[in-house]
Amino acid sequence: MRTARQLADLPKGATAVVASVSADASLCRRLEAMGLRPGQPVQVLRRGWWSGPLHVRVGMTELMLRRRDARCVVLAA
Amino acid sequence: MSTIAVLGMPNTGKSTLFNRLTGSHAHIGNWPGLTVDLMQAELSLDGRLLQLVDLPGLYDLRGHSDDEVLVRRFLESTAVDLVLVVLNACQLDRQLRLALQVQALGLPALVVLNMADEARRFGVEIQTANLQRALGLPVVMLSAKYGRGIALLLQELRRTLPAPGDTPTAPSLSDLEAKLAAVDPQLEARQAELMAAAVQLPPQWRDRWTRRLDRVLLHPLLGLPLFFGAMALMFQLIYALGVPIQEGLAGVLDTIGQHLLRPLLTPLPLFLQGFLMEGLWQGLGTVAAFLPVIALFFLAMGVVEDSGYLSRAAYLMDAFMERLGLDGRSFVLALMGFGCNVPAILGTRVMRDRGLRLISMLIIPFSLCSARLNVFLFMAATFFGPRQGGLVIFGLYLISFLAAVLTALLFRGRFPTQEPLVLELPPYRLPTARQMVTRAWSEVKHFWFWSRRFIIWGVVAVWLLNNLPFGVEPASSLSLSGRLGALLEPVLDPIGISPHLSVALVFGFIAKEIVLGGLAVIYGQADPAALGRAIAADVSTLQALSFMLFTLLYTPCVSTVAVIRSESKQAGFTALSVGWSLLLAWVSCFVFFQGARLLGWS
Repeated sequence: MRTARQLADLPKGATAVVASVSADASLCRRLEAMGLRPGQPVQVLRRGWWSGPLHVRVGMTELMLRRRDARCVVLAA
Repeated sequence: MSTIAVLGMPNTGKSTLFNRLTGSHAHIGNWPGLTVDLMQAELSLDGRLLQLVDLPGLYDLRGHSDDEVLVRRFLESTAVDLVLVVLNACQLDRQLRLALQVQALGLPALVVLNMADEARRFGVEIQTANLQRALGLPVVMLSAKYGRGIALLLQELRRTLPAPGDTPTAPSLSDLEAKLAAVDPQLEARQAELMAAAVQLPPQWRDRWTRRLDRVLLHPLLGLPLFFGAMALMFQLIYALGVPIQEGLAGVLDTIGQHLLRPLLTPLPLFLQGFLMEGLWQGLGTVAAFLPVIALFFLAMGVVEDSGYLSRAAYLMDAFMERLGLDGRSFVLALMGFGCNVPAILGTRVMRDRGLRLISMLIIPFSLCSARLNVFLFMAATFFGPRQGGLVIFGLYLISFLAAVLTALLFRGRFPTQEPLVLELPPYRLPTARQMVTRAWSEVKHFWFWSRRFIIWGVVAVWLLNNLPFGVEPASSLSLSGRLGALLEPVLDPIGISPHLSVALVFGFIAKEIVLGGLAVIYGQADPAALGRAIAADVSTLQALSFMLFTLLYTPCVSTVAVIRSESKQAGFTALSVGWSLLLAWVSCFVFFQGARLLGWS
């Protein structure tokens, strides 16, 4: 069995399905409002240099989020 | 009068719809119980007077940002007759939950699916009739940007607005929170149900233009140089167009004053004449003359923001800003501060984390705003040739940036932040001319109302200080301003600022807009060229540079101080902001002035 991955580790161009979001309540709510909810496919479009933010697409929305915050998004293996 | 609240997520074109419905009649309204101002406007529908209120954008009615709390407090304190829930038609897969939350509150609501043009462009198909049936709320699809579907919305408004006699009641806050908590577990399933009933998403993303542009504009190596290049070009263009207009306008106003007003005022006593002409008229003229540059600035900033490029700038700068203890949004706000610091500081409301907000508020006042620029353009033209003058202005922009970086580095330990950063990157959009002009116009109007009173009072005060006590020779060492200059001499002499310039700086504390008008009053020269010659005869180039440096770094204006006070809600923090900028200004000028003298430049 593969270990659970995080959105922060997803390479550029790859798509995966969100399994769960494990963050404090307010970040959870914000991520969900942006569309990062369990069961949703998410694609990484680009990863900023110098540990910069990720540019991802989920549903019909494109957004940027920091790697630290992307670690809270657990992907289905 | 019936009250309609306009509510929606950021990037849904909520304000565009608001402007479309109300024209340019919107004004800032103060709401009882809320400490902040909201945009509102009156609208007449079949003779019935409606009041529209534009609420700040929010993601979630249960959210924790200042704006989200504000919207809850608004709903709790105001009896609204109808809530217009504005959703981005392309993003119903995540935005419908907001409509469901409003519905759960039991508020009368009308759902507006905005950006119908984009939905078509991206292949999103929506059956509004199905959605309306499944949701149980009236639904209207439209494009506020292109004005399509507005008539449909008005028709629906007529139908859904409760009869004028029905007075609604505002729900209590605990009731509000209980209802939102109760509906929370069902939101997900309900949203999926609605999507299945009425929306078909395209099998794949169709926005090829955004993809292609992002490949270049968000390029790891090219992205930042391209952005700064575009900004430099934008500022060049603004000044190339704005400065001649400004000079022309100043000339016209001066002619009106000399040939029309002066003859009219001759019957009045000399003191009153001077007060009205050199005090009031000159003060007003100074502000009016630089409205064109401000209008152009807001026009250009509006294009950059509405095209979607500004949020890309946040993406590009975030890695750097994170190391300063800030984030991409702070960068964007500091950039907005180059127009005017006040709205930029208000903009920090989008940040939830206290530390991040405070440190952003600490750096924004170092953004070289258009009022300061006005002083620098004048001084540079007086003391340097066009080529050298351009370099001096560029140098000041650079120092403005460095001062912000230094401030962030010094204070990031005091205001630690854990704020997450999750921002939408909207598709690239072509802003329409109408949208841009409406926006620039409302910003200029706002600025004019905001600054007018400070400038008038400031210039009048300078004039009085120069001409009191009665019978004194204006601005001489015996006048009040002369005494004030002498009082400050021990502090300001070491940095090369003469008593005359000190008085201008004291008034610059009220607003930088007064500095030039103040100098004109102090030197008794209304004509810019003559004023320039008078100043050049009085102070050296080195002193002038030190004066510019000080003007750049010390407190921008009382409006900024007032808004920092009201947004931070801390007198101590406000004092820190003012004290730090004064200290930084003095030390920088001291090092610069004394250093240059040691190197033999005088």
